[in-house]
Amino acid sequence: MPTVTVLLFARYADLVGASRVEVPATAAGTLGQVVAYLRGLPGGAALPERPLVAVNMEQAALDYRPVPGDEIAVLPPMAGG
Amino acid sequence: MNVLAADPVDVDALVNAVSGPGRGAVVSFVGVVRNNHAGREVLELEYSAYGSMAERTIRTIVAEAETRWPAAVVVVHRLGRLAVGDVAVAVVAAGGHRGEAFEACRYAIEEVKQRVPIWKRERYADGSEAWVDPTAPGGIQPIRPEAAS
Repeated sequence: MPTVTVLLFARYADLVGASRVEVPATAAGTLGQVVAYLRGLPGGAALPERPLVAVNMEQAALDYRPVPGDEIAVLPPMAGG
Repeated sequence: MNVLAADPVDVDALVNAVSGPGRGAVVSFVGVVRNNHAGREVLELEYSAYGSMAERTIRTIVAEAETRWPAAVVVVHRLGRLAVGDVAVAVVAAGGHRGEAFEACRYAIEEVKQRVPIWKRERYADGSEAWVDPTAPGGIQPIRPEAAS
């Protein structure tokens, strides 16, 4: 079954218990659907409904439709500096 | 130059990197690990990053600053475990005069804090830990007990 790889970081990786999740392509029509899938995982309900999501290292809108090869990452609020 | 550093930041080396005979003003911002946050006593913290995006975003911010002001700018951010007093981030901007050096330095550090995917986990004197989250009430997200390592 085709999947889309999603990277998780920091607190979000803690919540879901993984830093990398394979999302079935059928559940990844848009980034919003990817987020909904993640929120359905054990521990994922604490993820925000509208987190920052990056595609290929640029912030992307939740209606973006992933294509094969995209690097998708769900990012907690930045806390550097 | 590496913009993400696993080892202590050498601020003097950064000053030297952007200094030059035509640059009469060198402004540095050095962010240091503080011993308190959100009313708690901080013992140490750990920075983690989405490394490839963090590096790319810092380089973009440096280029923006150097485009907006006639200045040379360098940014280095530490990753990994840091103790109170350690340098967490350093920005150095050098220009012909102080105006552009101050403004480019201020721009770079503010944009780094807003846009670079780096995260900070703090450990407190009472043994608890939390993720720093500027958007959360109180500025932190406590670690769930079952997620503690």
